[in-house]
Amino acid sequence: MTLRNLLIGSPIERVEDLRLVRGRGRFVADINFEDQLHAVILRSPIAHGRIRAVDPTDALAMPGVCAVITARDLGAEVPLIPLRLQPLPELQPFRQPMLAYDKVRFVGEPLAVIVAESPQLAEDALEGVRVDIEALPAVIGRDAAEAGDTVLFEAHGSNRAIRWTAVRGDADAAFRRADYTRRETFRVQRHAALFMEPRGFVARWDDETEKLTVWGAAKVAFANRRILAAAMGLSEEQIEMIEVDVGGGFGSRGEFYPEDFLIPFAACLLRCPVKWIEDRREHLSTANHARETECDVEIAATSDGRILGLRGRAWTDNGAYLRTNGSVAPRNVAQFMSGPYDIENIHLTTDHLTTNKTPTGTYRGPGRFEGDFVRERLIDLMAKDLGIDRVEIRRRNLVPEAKMPFPLATITPFESATELDSGDNHALLERCLTDFGWDQKSELNGKLIDGRYHGIAVGCFIEGGGAGPSENARIVLETDGSFSVHIGSAAVGQGIETIMAQIAGDALQVPMNRIRVAHGSTNDVTEGFGSYHSRSTVMGGSAIVLAAEKLKHSIREAAAMVLRCGAEEVNWDGDRVGGPGDMTVTLADLCTEPIEAEATYRNSEFTYAYGSLAAHVAVDVETGEVEVVEVASIKDVGRMINPLTLKGQAVGSIVQGLGGALLEHLIYDEDGQLLTGTLADYMVPGADCFPNIRATVVELKPSPLNPLGAKGGGEGEIIPIGGVIANAVAAALADYSIEPFDLPLTPPRLWALIGEVQRVL
Amino acid sequence: MKFPDFDYACPASLDEALQLLEAHGEDALILAGGQSLMPVLAFRLAAPRILVDIKKLPGLDSVATNGEGFRLGANVRWCDILANGELRAAHPLLVEAIGHVAHYQIRNRGTVGGSLAYADPAAEMPGIAVTCDAEIVVASRTGERIVKAADFFLGALSTRLAPGEIITELRLPAWPAKRRWAFQEFARRRGDFALAGTAVFFDLNGEGLAVDAHVGVIGASDRPHRLAGAEAAITGSRVDADAISAAAAAASQEVEPMEDFHAPAAYRRSLVGTLVARALTDAMAD
Amino acid sequence: MQIKFEINGEMVEIDVAPRISLADCLRDTLGLTGTHLGCEHGVCGACTVLVDGQAVRACLMLAVETDGQSIVTIEGLSNDDALTPLQASFRKHHALQCGFCTPGMITTAHALLSNEPHADADRVREVLSGNICRCTGYIPIVEAVLSAREHYADKNGSK
Repeated sequence: MTLRNLLIGSPIERVEDLRLVRGRGRFVADINFEDQLHAVILRSPIAHGRIRAVDPTDALAMPGVCAVITARDLGAEVPLIPLRLQPLPELQPFRQPMLAYDKVRFVGEPLAVIVAESPQLAEDALEGVRVDIEALPAVIGRDAAEAGDTVLFEAHGSNRAIRWTAVRGDADAAFRRADYTRRETFRVQRHAALFMEPRGFVARWDDETEKLTVWGAAKVAFANRRILAAAMGLSEEQIEMIEVDVGGGFGSRGEFYPEDFLIPFAACLLRCPVKWIEDRREHLSTANHARETECDVEIAATSDGRILGLRGRAWTDNGAYLRTNGSVAPRNVAQFMSGPYDIENIHLTTDHLTTNKTPTGTYRGPGRFEGDFVRERLIDLMAKDLGIDRVEIRRRNLVPEAKMPFPLATITPFESATELDSGDNHALLERCLTDFGWDQKSELNGKLIDGRYHGIAVGCFIEGGGAGPSENARIVLETDGSFSVHIGSAAVGQGIETIMAQIAGDALQVPMNRIRVAHGSTNDVTEGFGSYHSRSTVMGGSAIVLAAEKLKHSIREAAAMVLRCGAEEVNWDGDRVGGPGDMTVTLADLCTEPIEAEATYRNSEFTYAYGSLAAHVAVDVETGEVEVVEVASIKDVGRMINPLTLKGQAVGSIVQGLGGALLEHLIYDEDGQLLTGTLADYMVPGADCFPNIRATVVELKPSPLNPLGAKGGGEGEIIPIGGVIANAVAAALADYSIEPFDLPLTPPRLWALIGEVQRVL
Repeated sequence: MKFPDFDYACPASLDEALQLLEAHGEDALILAGGQSLMPVLAFRLAAPRILVDIKKLPGLDSVATNGEGFRLGANVRWCDILANGELRAAHPLLVEAIGHVAHYQIRNRGTVGGSLAYADPAAEMPGIAVTCDAEIVVASRTGERIVKAADFFLGALSTRLAPGEIITELRLPAWPAKRRWAFQEFARRRGDFALAGTAVFFDLNGEGLAVDAHVGVIGASDRPHRLAGAEAAITGSRVDADAISAAAAAASQEVEPMEDFHAPAAYRRSLVGTLVARALTDAMAD
Repeated sequence: MQIKFEINGEMVEIDVAPRISLADCLRDTLGLTGTHLGCEHGVCGACTVLVDGQAVRACLMLAVETDGQSIVTIEGLSNDDALTPLQASFRKHHALQCGFCTPGMITTAHALLSNEPHADADRVREVLSGNICRCTGYIPIVEAVLSAREHYADKNGSK
């Protein structure tokens, strides 16, 4: 099938913006009911302990307090949050209960829900609940987790939940025949997505219809409805999940958290709408953290710089529980460490460790940011050791187009094999170098200019997208001749209403103003998988293309009846349908009843966007401060739906990545208290931090896997940032032979590295 | 993060405000712009019964300059200082330092008195007050007293201000037109509290030698203070490279830095030396 | 407490408890939900509104403090017919993705350009450093504000 290409590929201004720039968006905190009550969550003040008592007596006597829900109120067995992805049997013991009942395992873990007449009164009542917890030693960090003197889950007996193994070829054999090997230890710090709109829910139970409505769904509304129905003992049909405007997700928002259950539970218990809006303090200590990883990895190569193998171990600190998608990053660290490089022999393991910190989940480029940091650093180290140019060594090792599809390492358990679908890595590297001005800037490398050392680096990456299994779209030709497009994909701020309307407009050959995209409710389509793994455009968009074909077929059949001709004779210009003669009829006149078609797009293979990113930094050796002078990136997404929004994703992704490389760090003390619990202490990039970012997105090699030819593009540029920035810093500080192995590259950390060298010199 | 329950009073006179403070004792907190107090209340780190908003007290929002110096009313906001062209010429160090305070919106609300009373170790206003030998005028039911800024700050978030007292004014000594000065601070992002900062000034006598040298530091220790060793290192010198590096070394040595998760003490110690060197270099640049 | 203030050009008299922040009062009492709460401790800037023409954080002010003052929110800077030049510029430059920080960005930028229609890129970045955006990386926001300057300069006759 071919699409007329009018809307797809055009930098169309977003339809969402018309309300959002006027402050007329409708976010979950904006939903109100006259008779609503307000919930707050009482959270554990200590990291690890045995619960002796949670006594709400005093709180219940406080003004405006309607209820205090503790674990005891949840029935004989407190429901657990299931694993949405990789639900292996061995991971089941680590699931988080909706309310802590026997032990608390991290600071911020929910102990009770207080429902009151206002959020102020509910918060006042927090001090009225008496909590008695017998403190246990907190397990903080890899050493304590591995030592196992204290374990979080006594029945399991170890703090290691699982070991992932990624294998390709024969790594040990490759290392035996290698001319060159180097082994180093790398650390990536705990940081988080930190979307700007706090989470929240408004839940309402309707006694008459016996239905539960939940506002505040995001990302994976259908999966969460399934989880909620099971936990509540309701059927899925009794629950409608409504997604209103969503203030950012980046992988973290929309996963099933305890509040996803607790707020609807309170609404059903009290027969009253209940509203809960997360505050920033609880966001920082309870929404999924990410990225904390240590890697001991070794690279093997020939003397002319051909990489023969990667082997080693990784340890991920996944906090106290295994949440819905908590195993994605640990798995990805191992499976995707080779990135876009042609590495025949791989043996990498990841030990998934539990500690008394906030549980982890996915954050844009999960596991890939971490793995790329390790790999890109090792490649630069290898280039230096072998005396080969850093660009040339990448040219020698990138997967050539002729080798696509190219299999990556296979991961076990929950076996999954995947292959790079298409792409020209070399072309993008060259283009990136040209755009960046690599040759001219190379002269700056290691130079001291106005008190700062300058350095540049380049790295290459892949971005997996288009995760299956399927996505649904339903398109309705309304009786006024307009089209309603219903999709299971979710909006998390990425402009899905615009993008899907562009795809539908081209598929139906109608202008965008005739199309309304609805994605807000689990009632819209029969099933949906949502927005993660850069899948919305690929999966939802492809489903729209299929549904449009089906709908056009139905419309032709309806028109054939009116026009008294065969369906195959009906012409369609988007506005009117015509028969063999002169007779035409408008779409509005054609149907007295809406005509609709639903289609499912299935995909079992991932798409891979790929690209290169270069950075120029200047390092002040007196303060250790790194200034990011410039970043330039390029990425091929196969096919662009909207260049405007895609570039926006790329630039935003780069700046988020720079936050992870240089600023953001969730720091715990040895007792498991989060020290960076405010936005003043957890530092995300501000408008002044990184003013020079250039991102380019191109259409070079369409994906062979879907009708659009599109590859997911929502994450990409964040993936290589850590490695590229660290390599640029190393290049800048070549005189000092500084090789950073730990992120983030904070001024005190770099200053300390420089100081060590100066003491030796 | 909703505020705890409290009453609110907005007295129209100093007497009325002082009466309220006396009546409520430690249950009362003064609201003086609120840009530090409100987050404290949002995190429920304080639980006052009443907030006494002093914004209507007459005469506290003016900036007065005469030959003896500068009088900044307690309710003068950062934006008032930054928009005051005369002040920028007359006391450039003050205006430069205040330009580093927090962010645009905060600078429209935060006040001189509020910042002095809150006494954040990294705050610019207390640092300038201490470096410049300022005096802080404090009113209470028993009258007015004047506290030297050098004596006012006791530690992080701790001052000599007693319950029932209101800061009414900051008095900065006169500023010679040809004075050499500079302000340097190092923060991770624009508007963040500095990991350390320094304000320096001195006058050059007829022979080009530095006299009346002042070197103050913020953010490094639990309160702003002057660095006597650094001051001695440049006093009587031409503030050349040697003197500057001696001053920087002295500053690093004499500072007693804090250690927290943002930076270890050793880093702050080094940073203070670096910033003092840079500030002195700036001060000597034309 | 009884207070009287001007909201988006209209005098309003309400009864509000002392502990209610201006932001909560706007959102809950007056239904002006365009003012967003992203942190409630004065860092993120999403709740920025104009009080007597100056940009302030509505989470760091009590509603009762604004008695007798004039407040303008994002709703007051919007109209039904068309986007304002600043809003249109945000849209054109794709200066918003999720749109949660956008009202605060627009109120802040409006205050800046109303007072300083010739603000340069550094000044725009400096002023917007008090507003966190997690989606855009700020580049398009700064571009949008810079390219809206001409409309403010025209209005002030100072171009």
